[in-house]
Amino acid sequence: MPFQITVDCEVNGERIIRTLPATMLLSEFLRQELGLTGTKLGCNKGSCGACTVLLDGKPVNSCLIFMPQVHKHTVVTIEGLGKEGELTDLQKAFIEEGAVQCGFCTPGMVIVSEFLLRKNPCPTEEEIRDGIAGNLCRCTGYTKIIRAIQKAAKCRAEH
Amino acid sequence: MKELDIVGKSIDRPDARAKVSGRALYCDDLPSVSGLLYAGIIKSPVPAGRIKGIHIEDALSVDGVVDIVLAHHIPGKNLVPLIFDDWIVLADKEVRYAGEPIGVVVAEHPRALDIALNKVKVDIEPLPALLSPFDAMKPDARKINPRGNIFNHHKIRRGDVESGFAEADIVVEGEYQTGYQEHAYLEPLSLMAKPTPDQGMQVWGGMQCPFYVQSAVATVLGIALNKVEVIQTTTGGAFGGKEDVPSRFAGIVALAAWRSGRAVRLTFSREEDIVSTSKRHPSFSRYRIGARRDGRLVACTAEVIMDAGAYATLSPSVSWRATVHCCGPYRIPNVRVDVYAVATNKVPAGAFRGFGTPQVIFAMERVMDELANQLKMDPLELRRRNILRRGDTTVTGQRLPWSVGLGRTLQECAKKSNWKKRRKAAEQSTGTKKRGIGCATFLYGVGLGAAGRKIDRAEASVQVEGDGSVRFSVGTTEMGQGMESVLTQIVAEALGGISPGLVTMTEVSTSRVQDSGPTVASRATYMSGNALRIACSQILNRMRAVAGERLHIPASRVVVTGGRFKAGTEEIDFREIACECFERHVPLSARALYDSPPTSWDAETGQGKAYVVYSYATHIAEVEVDTETGIVSVLRFWAAHDVGKAVNPQLVEGQIEGGVVQGIGYALMESLLTANDGHILNPDFETYIIPTSKDIPEIYPIIVESPYPEGPFGAKGFGETPLMGCGAAIANAVSNAIGRPITRLPILPEDILALFKICSAPNR
Repeated sequence: MPFQITVDCEVNGERIIRTLPATMLLSEFLRQELGLTGTKLGCNKGSCGACTVLLDGKPVNSCLIFMPQVHKHTVVTIEGLGKEGELTDLQKAFIEEGAVQCGFCTPGMVIVSEFLLRKNPCPTEEEIRDGIAGNLCRCTGYTKIIRAIQKAAKCRAEH
Repeated sequence: MKELDIVGKSIDRPDARAKVSGRALYCDDLPSVSGLLYAGIIKSPVPAGRIKGIHIEDALSVDGVVDIVLAHHIPGKNLVPLIFDDWIVLADKEVRYAGEPIGVVVAEHPRALDIALNKVKVDIEPLPALLSPFDAMKPDARKINPRGNIFNHHKIRRGDVESGFAEADIVVEGEYQTGYQEHAYLEPLSLMAKPTPDQGMQVWGGMQCPFYVQSAVATVLGIALNKVEVIQTTTGGAFGGKEDVPSRFAGIVALAAWRSGRAVRLTFSREEDIVSTSKRHPSFSRYRIGARRDGRLVACTAEVIMDAGAYATLSPSVSWRATVHCCGPYRIPNVRVDVYAVATNKVPAGAFRGFGTPQVIFAMERVMDELANQLKMDPLELRRRNILRRGDTTVTGQRLPWSVGLGRTLQECAKKSNWKKRRKAAEQSTGTKKRGIGCATFLYGVGLGAAGRKIDRAEASVQVEGDGSVRFSVGTTEMGQGMESVLTQIVAEALGGISPGLVTMTEVSTSRVQDSGPTVASRATYMSGNALRIACSQILNRMRAVAGERLHIPASRVVVTGGRFKAGTEEIDFREIACECFERHVPLSARALYDSPPTSWDAETGQGKAYVVYSYATHIAEVEVDTETGIVSVLRFWAAHDVGKAVNPQLVEGQIEGGVVQGIGYALMESLLTANDGHILNPDFETYIIPTSKDIPEIYPIIVESPYPEGPFGAKGFGETPLMGCGAAIANAVSNAIGRPITRLPILPEDILALFKICSAPNR
């Protein structure tokens, strides 16, 4: 049996204490232990961005984070973004602008865009391109994703 | 024509909400069923060899390992039925490429798989590997495949090329080469199988072709088709990569589930996915074209060799499509085309968006630009003088009676890009950063065409509920392209313009409709769309009769629009009539089979009605080439597409933008390398580079609508075309920028530097 540790963390606002193999990855924990399968695995080595979640508010590839690193930290996944099943303005913008095709990169894209808009409420197109450069999308050609982020930024500026 | 209520509008995708909220379930997300086992594939370590023995004892003793399944355990046939029936499920006597499946380890938890796989000892006597199609084509070459190493030789023989060239004022020749392209869909292949109590098998997975999978599983297990149900889960991109490949691996997973009596799931890592699944065929082409001084084409010959890998799989069909598309969208009276698909000791190449056409479009459009140079004619003007127009005849002798929007795509693209001005500006660019602009015109035969005539049909069923909501089922699949939206809109329109919010597509399963063929060849919109339209009209006619009674007029005079049945100023809502039909036991469900119109092909002459209809496009790329670093940047890209009718314009734009970016990857970045030992050298996203948000130009999608009378509301398929011309247009733009001819895709920085003699030509 691999070496076990106890991890005390917060996921989507809920405190979770679990004893786990020390080598368990955050992505495995979310998907297998918590059933939060919105976090996708496209490469398992940090190069596609599909598994992006927020760790203490900052985007990380959850496939590169071991569970001991999550001890006493806060995680937000795609399932934790909206309130009570409501979509965020960003998620709505993704739908309206046609930024979703196969949808496999979408949770990671939405998470990283959410971070981008919190850090920089009115990003330029160049800043958006930089902000999502670590997340691969093979379907949309990125154009409509960029438009969706611009739309959400505009919507937030107006409110 | 009747005003359309829903078709032609950009409604939100019905599948988008679940996808943005993380609730969409892809195969690997399916909740763990009780007793679920995990599968890992035992792969060949060498590209060619004879299997002498497989030692599994040590691996079987690993904690958690339940079973190891080999070829001799297969109860049915060791075969994935496809075109030639040469594709096996598990190698038994011989291995034909590095990574070929030999067996499968089945374990209680995924951690046991790697440990056990390392303990399986496969004793193989290596054979000399044939990695190049030129070596494999030699008469004395070892036979890789029992059928011989040349899977196919497709031909076109039209007119008399010798006298055609004699008539020509100018003759241009060129040799061109293209490399592999990996699909790189974001969701790696994932499949799950679960035995049913009645000696049957259920299979789930991300896939394009559930009926292919059904047939493979039934063949491998030796059971009837009605004992196999295949359910498509949300599919995270496919692009052709999930056409034939899931059949083989579903056969393996089903076999493992059959033996253990438990559910088994196989999910590939990215590396496994890249080494194990199909790719775009590498190609080698030799072209010769002749024209009169006014630019009129008089003759064309083309010889194309496609590297097919170890099994024929889809290569007979890919190489046939390449043949039909070989000479571009032009009127040419004298043509000789020879296309070969050749076996090599590499992973089978297969379907990839464009299906054999991006390679030949690249070659044909490059040689067209060389011709324009020789003629001192604007390359777009040269195309304008030769392109197919309504009433013209293709190089396969097919007359085009309708829906030929090519001229309009060319005109629109030229206008919107300000072609003449930019071309002139490019010629005057100085310094080390050179500007260039290039174009490509091309066509795409929609649907399976004459080669796939036998399986070119699709069934649909539609059911209106008592509350007026509607569900429909089809046998084609949503893989990200937007089929679900498009078909929802077609159903809403065909039922009298009801709100698309009333309409739901059921999950695609082999049990709902009869075999509807594969979801490939840009055929889902027009095949399933037509089947749905027929089924809807049957239901609507019955509802119209009931509405007529209520409105006191003959059914034929009831007008249905905006989701309401109308007679003069009186009108009744669709839902109300549905409710009344339900209470009066009027049948509110219907099924329909759409059969594709006839096609024909003569294998000796390559003449016939190859496809029922064609989509057309013009691409224009503007690039900047840094001659000191060799880096090519695409600055702007115009893509004009004749789609017949844009059922959902936003989705059409999405297909154009996504296809163009995939095409930019093909043209400039994506290089998959095979080592001398037959292994793929770069099976991951750190070394196989696909475009990111930093690599994309300003893309201008231009929609042209030249309706196809047989299509649903005039639509014809087009999902593949946005990728197809990119390699050609970008190569022409780069050639224009640097004044040297590009002859190979992808165009990597080292290729540019080699052209300027800054480094030696890279060997790929």
